[in-house]
Amino acid sequence: MTSPVETLIAVLMAAILFGMPLGAYMARIYGGETFWATRALRPIEHFFYRLGGIHPEDEMDWKRYAIALLFFNLIGTLFLYGLLLWQHKLPLNPEHFAAVTHALAFNTAASFVTNTNWQAYGGESTMSYLSQMLGLAVQNFLSAATGIVIVLAIIRGIVRAKSRHLGNFWVDMTRTVLYVLLPLSVILGLVLLEQGAPQTLGAYVEAHLIAPFVSGKAYVTHQTIALGPVASQEAIKQLGNNGGGFFNANSAHPFESPTAFTNYLQMVAMILIPIALVFMFGYMTKDRRQSTMILSAMLVLFVPLALASMHYDLAANPLFHGLGLSQAHTAANAGGGDMVGVEDRFGAGSSALFGSVATATSTGAANSAYDSFMPLSGLVNLFFMQLGETAFGGVGTGLATMLAFVIFAVFLGGLMIGRTPEYLGKKIESFEIKMASLSILVMPLLVLIGTAVATAFAAGRAGTFNPGAHGFSEILYAFTSPSNNNGSAFGGLSADTTFYNVATGLCMLIGRYWSYLPLLALGGSLAAKQRLPASAGTLGAHGPLFVGLVVGVILLIGALNFFPALGLGPIAEQMTHVHALAASK
Amino acid sequence: MSRTFGTALRLTLLSWAMFGLGYPLLEVGINQLAFPGAANGSLVRVNGQVVGSRLIEQRFTGDGWFHGRPSAVHMNPRLSGGSNLGPSSVRLARHLAARRARLVARHPYLAGRQLPADMITSSGSGLDPDITPANAYLQAPWVARARGLPLAMVRHLVARHIRGPWLGLFGQARVDVLSLNLGLKRIIARARHARMAP
Repeated sequence: MTSPVETLIAVLMAAILFGMPLGAYMARIYGGETFWATRALRPIEHFFYRLGGIHPEDEMDWKRYAIALLFFNLIGTLFLYGLLLWQHKLPLNPEHFAAVTHALAFNTAASFVTNTNWQAYGGESTMSYLSQMLGLAVQNFLSAATGIVIVLAIIRGIVRAKSRHLGNFWVDMTRTVLYVLLPLSVILGLVLLEQGAPQTLGAYVEAHLIAPFVSGKAYVTHQTIALGPVASQEAIKQLGNNGGGFFNANSAHPFESPTAFTNYLQMVAMILIPIALVFMFGYMTKDRRQSTMILSAMLVLFVPLALASMHYDLAANPLFHGLGLSQAHTAANAGGGDMVGVEDRFGAGSSALFGSVATATSTGAANSAYDSFMPLSGLVNLFFMQLGETAFGGVGTGLATMLAFVIFAVFLGGLMIGRTPEYLGKKIESFEIKMASLSILVMPLLVLIGTAVATAFAAGRAGTFNPGAHGFSEILYAFTSPSNNNGSAFGGLSADTTFYNVATGLCMLIGRYWSYLPLLALGGSLAAKQRLPASAGTLGAHGPLFVGLVVGVILLIGALNFFPALGLGPIAEQMTHVHALAASK
Repeated sequence: MSRTFGTALRLTLLSWAMFGLGYPLLEVGINQLAFPGAANGSLVRVNGQVVGSRLIEQRFTGDGWFHGRPSAVHMNPRLSGGSNLGPSSVRLARHLAARRARLVARHPYLAGRQLPADMITSSGSGLDPDITPANAYLQAPWVARARGLPLAMVRHLVARHIRGPWLGLFGQARVDVLSLNLGLKRIIARARHARMAP
């Protein structure tokens, strides 16, 4: 058994080790180079262009890029919405599930198109195989690709000079799904399958119990085992930072993550593309120090918070004192710690780590019940999202938000030393700062106003499952997660009500488009500028000092916005725990 | 504008064909050929009949069997999930105390002993197929007594079913309850056979 800390190191090492060549590969793909990969897949790429009526050499300015993105996402939303409403009349529905309600179909469509994958339903009791494959899995690919092309356009804005163009949206989308997401998914899907994840279109299976039993008045002789095309969906769910589970229990379900090895691989898969994009940024700007700077900032934020989460989840729950319950950290006891809502094959430490990875990236997958996490481990989950999904963030969108914070830090640094702020030779002026602020500040507004409204009205309060401070945390989580396009949940909350379906659906849409369209505008504005040569007075956007500045800005904005709310939720709950511990002694 | 719309529409349909059907069906095909056992849910068959999945917990009652972890969803694979009770929940503490009391009432030898956490806490999926080695060993006496088997034999059975971390690195040591109970069934059949032999 490896300790959770060793697992953390192993996850980061693997993600960096594979992320580096993947970043170089992606830079070559988007640069339009010809090499082994393009030689192999170019016919399919051109097939896409021919059928889509795409002219690859046709470059777009930021407005056309944004319009194409919005149209594409709008059609994706409508298709998915329609598919869910009509699933009972369509094939591949062996369990004969009924149509999804309008509110839930809206919520789910908004959720999967914005890469949130918040789920107000249980997959195995709601969605037909066709809805899972054609609706949810397709959007897993497309929403992830949308995130990646957003940051790609912004990077082009930084790299190009005196240009109006940011690339061609359709070309970028096609290359992303074809050269990056599909091959990685096929490989990961096969490994998941080898480990035990099912992949079948057959109906649910009836098992004949070897020890039938009496439950109430019923004599139970069978167990119905829910199946489906799980492995293929699971692979893209993690790689694309989607996080929507095939089953209600998400990655805690033994079919989604059959072994501790798949648990490990899923953690690596979640961080892989966000890290690869950081390296890609370094290759595209021809300034490797930028990769080092951004990756360091991400690690400085991620590692201490993840360690804290593991520490608190492995600590004994004082509530259980006097229950004669062993929470000892031994190998015969699944590693010990808080085992409520935790699977034996993973243990509490790995579950807390998975929670950190899933909330630090915008994946939102869950291999345990986050609602049952120790209060401060739950706080870490919340806080990772409230940092704006920067370390490591969603595929593409994470780096985009990080770049907005970097520009902010450059601006602050410029003010401190009294120089015109510049980033990689581009002057940062009032338009850029306005766009970056707009992008950064919309999320806290959504979270805090949403939570306040839900707490003020009976329809919001009715959803909570646990009483007191923890109930407040459930509501706070329900607005933090969709507004950041994360999608994880404190699962006790009854989210499938009209109030929560509509409110969280709106948070996802506004949180996605209001955060990233201004950044596209920022990219467009940067592209038009000329590149200034660095002088002795230029603030170097690299090195430990600058990393500190970036981390400081992120923490300051996150902490100032959210500490009061966190104080009412997880921190208050932790205080009652400390009190319980003192009373039990 | 209409060209953008047309391209968006055509690319969406193309994605349906390629990622909605092509990709999962490709995996179905490869998987059914390469790993037919796992592809269909790791089903366990006895005499050709499906008795369960190696990865999905079943309910066992009575003293003659090893029991899995408590489940918030009554081990129903159509409704996977955990209890979602918070860490400071009084209801949670009451549930745990009640489960402990039921176990001790039934098996007095457990009184005053520390129970492994997974014996009375429910899992995240409600379908956790495993229990910890500590949990399995603690159940061995009641199974041995109910089945009239020597305790050493049952403990040996448990020991044989412990699966360590994968490659000694990944995850926790654990015992899969369905396999353990099937092993138990085989021991009993063998013992009966030996008794009947002349």
